[in-house]
Amino acid sequence: MPVTKTPGARRRLAALACMALLASGCAGAPRNPDDPLEGYNRAMFSFNDGVDRTVIRPVAQAYDTVAPTPVKIGVGNFFGNLADPWIGLNNMLQGKPGEAFSDWMRFLFNSTWGILGLLDIASEAGLPKHDEDFGQTLAVWGVGDGAYVVLPFFGPRTMRDAAATPLDLTGDSPLRIDHVPTRNSARALRITHVRATLLGADRTLEESTFDKYAYVRDFYLQQRRYKIHDGNPPLEYEDFNGASLPRPAGGVADAAADAALSRLELIDPTAVGPLSAAPVNHPQR
Amino acid sequence: MKALALSFCLFLTALLPAHAAVTPPDVLVQEVTREVLEIVRKDRDIQSGDPAKVNALVEAKVLPHFNFRRMTMLAVGRDWREATPEQQARLIDAFRTLLVRTYSNALTQYRDQSIEFRPLRAAPTDNTVQVRTEVRQPGAQPIGIDYTLERTDAGWKVFDVVVAGVSLVTNYRGTFSQEIRSGGIDGLIRSLQNRNRQLDPGSAGA
Repeated sequence: MPVTKTPGARRRLAALACMALLASGCAGAPRNPDDPLEGYNRAMFSFNDGVDRTVIRPVAQAYDTVAPTPVKIGVGNFFGNLADPWIGLNNMLQGKPGEAFSDWMRFLFNSTWGILGLLDIASEAGLPKHDEDFGQTLAVWGVGDGAYVVLPFFGPRTMRDAAATPLDLTGDSPLRIDHVPTRNSARALRITHVRATLLGADRTLEESTFDKYAYVRDFYLQQRRYKIHDGNPPLEYEDFNGASLPRPAGGVADAAADAALSRLELIDPTAVGPLSAAPVNHPQR
Repeated sequence: MKALALSFCLFLTALLPAHAAVTPPDVLVQEVTREVLEIVRKDRDIQSGDPAKVNALVEAKVLPHFNFRRMTMLAVGRDWREATPEQQARLIDAFRTLLVRTYSNALTQYRDQSIEFRPLRAAPTDNTVQVRTEVRQPGAQPIGIDYTLERTDAGWKVFDVVVAGVSLVTNYRGTFSQEIRSGGIDGLIRSLQNRNRQLDPGSAGA
């Protein structure tokens, strides 16, 4: 369990995963050209699924039933608040100082008037929560996705995001708790809470497809793309009844080039500002 | 004078339907969402996941506003053009069943979240628009649910639903093309039908 591992052990685990990756690079027989590590990924996916089914999900279900709603809201806000300085730093690194200062203001407000972050008063005050991490920053800087990879315990990543993961893990939980049991409990609680928020989607995911691995992979990749573009990825809908369509290419730049060539109905992506900047009606009461 | 007024009224009523008949896309999404959630909120059976009742609700209120042909086409991708009209019809049918179940499942999860409708940004002449909504719940980040609609002769029809930035339609493309590569169009149809049979509450519980 990552919950109880020390950082050193986590590094060893990562090294192990890298070795498994290298090994599978030769051995894997991919069925999907966009997923060169599919052989290894599928094995790791079912391993993670087993861990989830036997340990994490039952614990999350218990937490979900036992903890009263205000407690769950407080827990979510508390960990969310701890991540805000890191989110702000990433916004800064991505050249969005406005968002960055907003995140740091959030942290100041919520840590003080929000009782150590238990209340998210900053959202009420019109400072929305952002979703940034170092993987997204690297993407904005032009680092490509790399292959899709399923990490042990952590789950789906692109190679770029996998490389950024150690940094993100230290960055978004800046509390240096020296008391090891306290630190581990905090980590366990955080994982449990996050998993509990996803319980509602379990059945939908289970029933929505005949290949859960591929569905999760494509969902993850689409969502990463959405986050990297701050909620405004270029949208394109092809008409496959049309005559000669070029092969839809993977990259964003390719998609833009395709738009010029083929019959794409582009919903003007420039018309809508970033999700955070769009005029969302915040209840101001 | 009376006749003139009457004929003017007649003229107006002849003009009006042309405009009034087509509900604008954002209004359509709002009306359907409000109506459906109102029913879910009041119905304990639906909240506890009674499949027959949920399906009936979805069939009656939601599905008429969806263009399943376009959805299937988008999910299948390039290979769509290789499919015969007969295969296309079976694909649409099987995919529709799968999507309806997904949607119905999601609906039974609805409790007290509030849904916010974001202002529509589209020109009156646009033939494809995206209606953006946000599901808000305390202590969690809002989740965006966006509906992409196209103008048809029968009014605006939804052909994509994007949840948290992920298109529930094109998300199937990877799985589908994989299936087509290994078993052809018929292989994909078979896989879809098998899955639907497995999940059919009538046969065996999944």
